[in-house]
Amino acid sequence: MKSIKDTTAIVGVATTDFSTDSGRTEYSLACEVIKAAVDDAGLRLDQIDGMVKDVVDGIDAMYVQKALGMETLSYSSDSHWGTSPLLNAVTAIASGTANYVVYFRSANNGSGKRAGSDFRAAKETKDESLDLIRYDFYSPFGLLTPAGMIGMGVRRYYDDYGIDPAQIGWVPVVCSEHAAANPHAIFFDAPIGHDDYLASDVVVDPLRRLDCAPEVDGAIAVVITSAERAKDLADTPAVVMSVAQGTSTEGENLSSYNREVLSRLPEMELMGRELFRVAGIGPSDISVAQLDDRFAPLVPMQLEALGFCGEGEGAAFCEGGDALRVGGRLALNTNGGFLGEGLLARHERDRGGPPDPWHLDQPGRRRGVGAGGHRCGWPCGRSDPAPVAITAIATATAGAGGASRWAGFIDRASTPEVVAA
Amino acid sequence: MTADDERAATPHPALWGVLYRSSMPFWDSVKRHELELQRCSGCQRWLTPPRPMCPNCQSAESEWVKVSGNGTIYSWVTYAESPHEGFDSPHTVVLVELDEGPRLVSMPVDIPEADLEIGMRVSVLYEDIDEDLTLFKFERAA
Amino acid sequence: MTIEYVPGIPILKASLDDDNRPFWEAVNRHELVLQRCGACKLYLQPPRPMCPECHSMDTLEWVESPGRGEIYSYVNFTTDRMAYPAMKVPYSVVLVELEEGVRLVSNMIDLEPDEVKIGIPVEVVFDDISDDLTLFKFKVRES
Ligand SMILES: [Zn+2]
Ligand SMILES: [Zn+2]
Repeated sequence: MKSIKDTTAIVGVATTDFSTDSGRTEYSLACEVIKAAVDDAGLRLDQIDGMVKDVVDGIDAMYVQKALGMETLSYSSDSHWGTSPLLNAVTAIASGTANYVVYFRSANNGSGKRAGSDFRAAKETKDESLDLIRYDFYSPFGLLTPAGMIGMGVRRYYDDYGIDPAQIGWVPVVCSEHAAANPHAIFFDAPIGHDDYLASDVVVDPLRRLDCAPEVDGAIAVVITSAERAKDLADTPAVVMSVAQGTSTEGENLSSYNREVLSRLPEMELMGRELFRVAGIGPSDISVAQLDDRFAPLVPMQLEALGFCGEGEGAAFCEGGDALRVGGRLALNTNGGFLGEGLLARHERDRGGPPDPWHLDQPGRRRGVGAGGHRCGWPCGRSDPAPVAITAIATATAGAGGASRWAGFIDRASTPEVVAA
Repeated sequence: MTADDERAATPHPALWGVLYRSSMPFWDSVKRHELELQRCSGCQRWLTPPRPMCPNCQSAESEWVKVSGNGTIYSWVTYAESPHEGFDSPHTVVLVELDEGPRLVSMPVDIPEADLEIGMRVSVLYEDIDEDLTLFKFERAA
Repeated sequence: MTIEYVPGIPILKASLDDDNRPFWEAVNRHELVLQRCGACKLYLQPPRPMCPECHSMDTLEWVESPGRGEIYSYVNFTTDRMAYPAMKVPYSVVLVELEEGVRLVSNMIDLEPDEVKIGIPVEVVFDDISDDLTLFKFKVRES
């Protein structure tokens, strides 16, 4: 079978400024960031013939095209939950359907207004096939926010494996340390200590505020082309070694309450196996991981699912933070991650639900404006001056713990200071 | 309209109503103060949440079967600040594993959060919220 | 006035954002403004955050339009089944091509549906439908 291994490359990346209130439309952010990414690649907008966007973002790709003046898009796709866009882009390129694909996200998450006043109104604009069915069963009891939904699984994870939540605190601590060097990040220049974690409010027991990533406004884009074409471009390309996605039955975004155990991530296990199979490497070859840390306990769960440690050993892996720091066994989210940099992801709020427990107008350790975050852990970081070669990128979806979960692995041998672009 | 006004105008989540036809038999049973769950007629697998096809045997035939309403606490979360003004703060939501197997999200009645334990025996009770809506909740088993 | 509104049914208003707000604010003042790129002088309709020609975001400006043009095309709604419930059938919706080159969807105030024809010269008028809703419409222009 034909493999996608090493057939494509990321050649352009860009982000807008990130803030708690962009003061601009998502339309405007999208146009700016796509142009910047195409500029970064050394390409012209009229060379782009493919576009991939995330289905949860409001902005319609057709209108983006209208403002960018792109005449010839032959491939356009709305990808599911932010997990499969890269897979779509890579397969579009590898199959020869498109030559240059841009993937973008644009969302006013920090300031965004709730779209509807209730789920019924939200539903009228959505298709029956979307997973609103759970609201028939969860919302009447006040289980409304992502933090609440994930909390059920987190409690079981802690209980099943005898985990002390204090161990998990090292995840936001390390992410904030990494974010401290990233001028875009919420925790830029303001790392937290483990004591800060323990002093942080319990917002949705068993989660503390510092377990939850803050939401921001902003946009990101990347440009992908074939490894062959990438050779003609000025910058050193980031060759995509592997892309994978995993979904599993009885899955629901954040809940999955009727699958056998809630304390594991079967989608992630599936994805990891495929990821490493295509790449022809294993967990021991990887030294940097950009994992979904929308909620801190997802990190040890992913470490287990991907084989970086044994079942139930994820919290011990994180404890003390050394294994996760740059120079440690597995440098985690070197840009700061969702926790440290900020989160661009739309979920319940679009459906009329209340916002996540982080309210950015609350006092806290963060910069007021310019706080940052995109698909954090975006593994295409080609930070100057030493470009990073990507060894593998992965996506997984619909986990017990979260829909937009994906992981990227960057070969740290190239440079230890990877900051997602 | 301020954000607060908008929030206050949001109907109580329990009154958002049933969004899916496939959920209706369940809520109709709750209205009768019973719990009926969907089960595959082909292989007897429980289908929770409801769905049009059995993932085990692909049968499209199913029936609604009354369950005991007895089970154990499988997990819970407690919001320090209620996520909606329709609920008090703090607000606890439980995930109950019924003796028959399926798990249901619900609310505890007369169980202080400090007393909650995974594995605690609970049984169902019903609360008529208004004409159109009855909720099922769980209390400590006798 | 050929458009008759059905009492009690709200008329959908444009949802305003930073890209289109100047247009509707001008309509409220009984002015027609169009978005234009100051660099390459291209008129943009619908409004957008970037010029598709020169990809500039900061040269976009709003310029006043005399609102003169001609009917480029039209549709006549004759049965309730396909019509907007807030408006009584029959009614006509016209696509007006302005002298600036852009086209706007609107209604005629002085033509019955069976009188609307391609090429009729028109000019803009403003219709204060309610306290908080003003729409731009067109009337026949003496050429
Ligand atoms: Zn079956
Ligand atoms: Zn221009």
